Amino acid sequence: MDFRKYLVLAGVTVFAAAGDSMLSHGMKQTGSISVHHLRGVIFAVLNPWVAVGILLLLAFFAAYMTALSWADLTYVLPATSLGYVLLALVARFVLHEHVSPLRWLGIVLITGGVGFVAGGPSLTEHHAALPHAEHTEDGNDPLAVATAKTPLLAKDTRNGAPHVRVTGRL
Amino acid sequence: MKAVYTWSAILAIVFASVVGDVLLARAMKQVGDVGALWRRAGLGIVIGRTLGNPNFLFGVTAMAVAFFSLLFALSWGDVSLVAPAAASLTFIGNAVAARIFLHEKVDRRRWIAVSLVAAGVALLAG
Repeated sequence: MDFRKYLVLAGVTVFAAAGDSMLSHGMKQTGSISVHHLRGVIFAVLNPWVAVGILLLLAFFAAYMTALSWADLTYVLPATSLGYVLLALVARFVLHEHVSPLRWLGIVLITGGVGFVAGGPSLTEHHAALPHAEHTEDGNDPLAVATAKTPLLAKDTRNGAPHVRVTGRL
Repeated sequence: MKAVYTWSAILAIVFASVVGDVLLARAMKQVGDVGALWRRAGLGIVIGRTLGNPNFLFGVTAMAVAFFSLLFALSWGDVSLVAPAAASLTFIGNAVAARIFLHEKVDRRRWIAVSLVAAGVALLAG
């Protein structure tokens, strides 16, 4: 995990939180839309808050896909859940909304969970043991093929044997 | 009876988002490290390979199903029940599915993290 990867994870967190709050703010200005008033959807998109919100959510999706390309799903999801905390803090200190004690407890629990997952490895070893996996042109993970053929290798790499390498293409 | 509808819709959201997340995660593992691929082959290749990946397309479809299930759930139940229930159950479901289908090593550290986050989200979104 280098600095750039932490930046992508921060991007997932911030873009999701900022996009959601801008959409929410914009939709409250445009009023409720329904299937009977589909023109309302077009006016909603013309609202600058909604438009910027959609752009931010697209940025979130790109950052989320990038993170999933080099980290486990069970790492990315808890690590980026700080967005919920961010939203609550914005509600309290920017919008001056009331945050109940139960919600503060929620903030503490999420922050603790993020601390737990961030202290561990970001990728299960059977991928990490093969850094050149990304160089395969066909997009298949060669180690996945190897481990399917030799279960013992899979067990070793999963247990974290650091230097198990499959040399060459399979 | 309305509670049955609401909970069915919540379960539909959770199921569809877990399927979507697992498929998207698998798709991006197949595409490979996006940063490295971008430097080597350019952004066009990254986008083309991602959009051309069947798992990615099915994943996005599942996410769309989850979104419409959310709309249904919100029309039957309160947002203060639907949002936290769906979000925290999705965290738990993803941990189980990632272990089974993506063979991720969900050790005790990750279980604790997922449980804490799921509980925290339930409190925050409620």
